[in-house]
Amino acid sequence: MEPLMAFVVGGLFAASIYMMLRRSLVKLVIGLILLSNAANLLIFTVSGMQRGLPPLIAPGDTLPAGGWADPLPQALVLTAIVIGFGVLAFAVVLIHRAYVVVKEDDLEKMRSTDT
Amino acid sequence: MSPEVALPVIIPFIFGSLSVILYKSNTAQRWLGVIGTGALLVAAMVLLHNTYTHPDGVLIIALGDWPAPFGIVLVSDILGAVMTLMAALIGFAVAIYSLPSISSDHEAFGYYPLMHLLLAGVCGAFLTGDIFNLYVWVEVLLVASFALLILGGERAQMEGAIKYVTLNLLSSIMLLTAVGLTYGMTGTLNMADLVVKLAEVENQGLVTVVSMLYLVAFSIKAAAFPLFFWLPASYHTPPVAISALFAGLLTKVGVYMLYRFFSLLFTQDMGYTHEILLWIGGFTMITGVLGAARYYEIRRILSFHIVSQIGYMFMALALFSPLALAGGIYFIVHNIVTKSNLFLIGGVIYFLRGSHELKQVGGLWRERPWLGLMFLASALSLAGMPPLSGFIGKYMLVRAGVEAESWGIVAVALGVGLLTLYSMVKIWAEAFWKAQPQEYAERAARFERAISERSLAIMCLPIAVLAILAVLLGVGMQPVYEVLIAAAEQMRDPQIYVDAVLGGNQ
Repeated sequence: MEPLMAFVVGGLFAASIYMMLRRSLVKLVIGLILLSNAANLLIFTVSGMQRGLPPLIAPGDTLPAGGWADPLPQALVLTAIVIGFGVLAFAVVLIHRAYVVVKEDDLEKMRSTDT
Repeated sequence: MSPEVALPVIIPFIFGSLSVILYKSNTAQRWLGVIGTGALLVAAMVLLHNTYTHPDGVLIIALGDWPAPFGIVLVSDILGAVMTLMAALIGFAVAIYSLPSISSDHEAFGYYPLMHLLLAGVCGAFLTGDIFNLYVWVEVLLVASFALLILGGERAQMEGAIKYVTLNLLSSIMLLTAVGLTYGMTGTLNMADLVVKLAEVENQGLVTVVSMLYLVAFSIKAAAFPLFFWLPASYHTPPVAISALFAGLLTKVGVYMLYRFFSLLFTQDMGYTHEILLWIGGFTMITGVLGAARYYEIRRILSFHIVSQIGYMFMALALFSPLALAGGIYFIVHNIVTKSNLFLIGGVIYFLRGSHELKQVGGLWRERPWLGLMFLASALSLAGMPPLSGFIGKYMLVRAGVEAESWGIVAVALGVGLLTLYSMVKIWAEAFWKAQPQEYAERAARFERAISERSLAIMCLPIAVLAILAVLLGVGMQPVYEVLIAAAEQMRDPQIYVDAVLGGNQ
């Protein structure tokens, strides 16, 4: 499972960078969405993927018997999803406002503050 | 268990929430802004005092009473406490400056709650002892800064914000990725525990790879070469009180995180990692100062100088001797004070003349000699004139460079100091020394009539305090130096931090 996920994560990172390098504002935001999902999946994957092994400790033991799924990365991913969602909501509103104010979808034409 | 460690995080949250509740009354929000940041300043002072006088020099609070490697801890060592104090100081200064300078529209759209939120995020990032928690604090301060940056919604703000938001999000997600990889390697997120576990990782090359991911993420935040483009594209767009807050604090959070990670966690291959830091530092200094030389807009000149000064902080971290690290922290402190102050003075110039363009303003020395003096104190300090604070910082760094025999970086540091002086003299000569250009005299007179002397006095109050501080930091160096050298010793010996965090709860 992990090798497959590694390719999925790599593909998502590649796709997001590609989208962010485009000139269109909308594609920029799509790139950001893909990027945060890639990072979330990566955290999920690197900590080891275990199926059907809840980290429950039998009475009297101090460690779960056998293999167990680590709950912490799942909590991390959950937090990261929530944060990512909030930030992306902001980004979507921002590009909408930017489009209304600048009347341009082309990042190449938004350079008045650069020079 | 030291509850005062949590106060600098809790206070801004309380006052931020109160300002949201009282959002209908601008007056109440203003009072809350001043009182809240004032309380934060007191809390930060107490924190630094208690941290410094504590025998270990490290204070800890385990949140929810979970012991260190399992729960999240807030840790205040001397470096963290000094940075928190600086954040609180700038917060307080900007809160006072905002009273007359932020328009009621901005206030109605939540300027004060966002300012509190930003300060909470900054203090949280300075005090946390957990890398995922650090990511969360970074997001807290980023979201607040996004909203502050576009407050008002002008075209330039939108264009600047898109670059700012994109690059900072990219950097946050790189940080998140690096945190995930670190957890995958070690199974822990607590910084003190990481010191132990990272040393046990079999493949040390992998640790260095992850450290590079952190380096890129933090370098974007710190606006280091070659990742600084978002900063000069966006920092000159919002109202100047916001620019000053950003200039003082946001990039320094990136620098602080680098100081923390590359002294505590990633010292296993210093020949490689710190050599890279040294090169980045050199290039950052040069590009920043040359960028500034091109412009005649006050805020843009200052924005590029933020970049240039970040280079010195990188240089200090790269040299890594006690003198260099103490000099680096000193430089951060000095830079937060003077840079924010120069932005605030730029704002006053705008209120008096109606423009940030140096070509369109002038004659201020004759009319407002006090403002000129305060500008000179900050600007010459930034450029490194003895006996002001910038001189001491540069002296310490250059001396550390000479001791390490890194002649290249020493030459760059000295040359960039000279060019900084050029930029500062440019602002001085154009805005203060030359006469007001006739074609813009009418607008200048209109702006000057519109601003009352009382508003000006309120704005000049924090400026005067910061200017005096810039001088005092240089003249009364000795007590500051003792605190900072203690901080540097702590940074060079991670064992103190580890013992305090992991042993503190037994």
